[in-house]
Amino acid sequence: MNSFFEFFSFADPNIRYVVLGSILLTASSAIVGSFTFLQKKALVGDAVAHAVLPGVCLSFILSGEKNPLILVVGAFVTGWLSLVLIDVIAARSKIKEDTAIGLVLSVFFGIGIFILTMIQKSGAASQTGLDQYLFGKAASLVGQDLVVFGIVATLLVLAVYFLFKEFTLIAFDKEFAISLGIPVRRVELVLTTLTVLAVVIGIQAVGVVLMAAMLITPAAAARFWTEKVITMTWLAAVFGAISGLTGAYISYVAPSMPTGPWIVVVVSTIAFFSFFMAPKKGIFYKMYHQSRIKANINDENILKALYHLGEEERNFYQQRSTEDILTKRSFERTPLFKGLRRLKRQGYLDEKDGLWTLSLEGKEKGQRVVKLHRLWELYLTEYLRIAPDHVHDDADTIEHILTPELEQRLEKLLDYPTVDPHESEIPYG
Amino acid sequence: MEALQIILAGSLVAITCGLLGCYLILRKMAMVGDAISHAVLPGIVIAFLISGSRDSVIMLLGAGLIGIFTTFLIEFFHKRGRLQTDASIGVTFTWLFAIGVILISAYAGKVDLDQDCVLYGEIAYVPIDLWITKSGTILGPRVLYIASGVLVIILVFIVLGYKELFLTTFDPAYAAAIGISTTLWHYLLMGAVSITTVASFESVGAILVVALLIAPPATAYLLTEDLKKMMILSTLLGVLISITGYYLAAAFDGPIAGGMATMAGVFFALAFVFTTTAPRLKRSIKTEKG
Repeated sequence: MNSFFEFFSFADPNIRYVVLGSILLTASSAIVGSFTFLQKKALVGDAVAHAVLPGVCLSFILSGEKNPLILVVGAFVTGWLSLVLIDVIAARSKIKEDTAIGLVLSVFFGIGIFILTMIQKSGAASQTGLDQYLFGKAASLVGQDLVVFGIVATLLVLAVYFLFKEFTLIAFDKEFAISLGIPVRRVELVLTTLTVLAVVIGIQAVGVVLMAAMLITPAAAARFWTEKVITMTWLAAVFGAISGLTGAYISYVAPSMPTGPWIVVVVSTIAFFSFFMAPKKGIFYKMYHQSRIKANINDENILKALYHLGEEERNFYQQRSTEDILTKRSFERTPLFKGLRRLKRQGYLDEKDGLWTLSLEGKEKGQRVVKLHRLWELYLTEYLRIAPDHVHDDADTIEHILTPELEQRLEKLLDYPTVDPHESEIPYG
Repeated sequence: MEALQIILAGSLVAITCGLLGCYLILRKMAMVGDAISHAVLPGIVIAFLISGSRDSVIMLLGAGLIGIFTTFLIEFFHKRGRLQTDASIGVTFTWLFAIGVILISAYAGKVDLDQDCVLYGEIAYVPIDLWITKSGTILGPRVLYIASGVLVIILVFIVLGYKELFLTTFDPAYAAAIGISTTLWHYLLMGAVSITTVASFESVGAILVVALLIAPPATAYLLTEDLKKMMILSTLLGVLISITGYYLAAAFDGPIAGGMATMAGVFFALAFVFTTTAPRLKRSIKTEKG
């Protein structure tokens, strides 16, 4: 716990640098990744991430030292090359894009591992640290590295800031962007370059193997909370920053641990939380919402059945058993009883000795459903020329959905009809 | 003798991967294969922690389950959460792989696995790692037994399910019409991919196995469209990749798995150049003559 306070007081300037660096790297990757995500090119990001490894290793062999600037250049070259190759393979042969991505990704990575092992076995003294690019090491973000990576990260954020509108447009509506006179090819080229750069600098903290997650996961998580691209990008940056901070902390307390996996686990946890819990788009919210709708439909069907019974016997307020209801419409036992009890709670039904009676409100509600059903049947036969024996199922669905406004328009359109195609009376309240 | 054993092990792994890879690329599921090969890592580590060894049936079964779980998760987020497929794949496998790497780091002392093994396997140790029975008889390299065992399993799977796999790959609607469950065969195939990646893990590592799953079938696909010919070509390519990869590694003192992935890329490049430029050359020669 001591180290926790030591770390988060940020008293040590070294810690400050590492924290600042990691946050900058992960947040800027997440910002660029938002657009990679929106363009549905998440897996291309994965390929680039793996493909920078041979570049890093080759530039080390050529320069003989671990100069961050040269490594960035080398990584950039092979990262770009991988993208070009994917495009060429997919365009010039019958190989599909996903196969091309997997192929380029694994072969480039294989070559990278091959060269990396050669370097390690040759025993070059300064090679220590090169394999940090595999799984990341936030703690090594000091001095020259921090300056170079920091500058690139700032450039990324600035580029996104100035080209925000263009990026958003080409992600959602390329045709429209073209019609506005935006040089789409060039903007796409800039975006691709930014993606490669984001990967190149992100690997310092996360490593090549898991870098894809830094591009995809924060954006995917942010997408569940908002519909606005600007908010989504900000949220992705925050999620990225939180995970970067955790990575720096892990790197501080457990120096032997690679930081990449921890960063990824943190950001994935945020993502899973978002997938399930986010309002409106989250899986739990949707499940809850669906069950509410289902219950509502079930209840309206019960009221409708009771109304039909009342119509037949010309007495809406008579006590009826569940068996009576089941003669009108087949319900499963549990939903029926649950629905009846719910309707009683809401005041639509009264119960006495297991027998059920419609209340005034209940009769009105049942009547409205029946009315909508019959209005719709009439509409379908009159306006869409559908045979009267084919309209029931459709009306059975729509009766739960029609709003009072649509109800009014239907009435007007059909000129307040009195009977439906089956000669049943259309009840008005 | 050592070289032969390593090449043999490499070939067995490459053949198994190549056969399954044919179905993966034809079903446009190359990246799902990539995801599964990463995602089984935590399963391998956990099974290792529990059983204390790598060659247990439990591990293979566990891996099969994790692979199916991964596939399920990808589809769950896609269908229930409306997350686009590429992102769904990306989020799921990086998460599982990250957990695997953390487990390896955390139990570094207890598990005979390290990051190098994850990255490029330990195929060079095949001849040393012998299977010795309790009575002390030496039966030969352990990995060879596992790799051949899995190859046999996959062969049986492909032969017995040939019609089902073929139909669900090329004409899922027809397959469904004659009562073949596309979902079932989808998951069976994913289970098979998982078992194969786990069995190949020791030899070539979790990431380079993707090269063997995708590159040989993709190369074969450039040369033929007939599924059977494609599988035969993939098999031959698997052997070629293993031989050339071994000698490439020997020449430069690199990792053998890295050499195999590199050679897989080289063969693809050759086939690509051959199939895309040869027809054009022919055409230009014809026009010159005409």
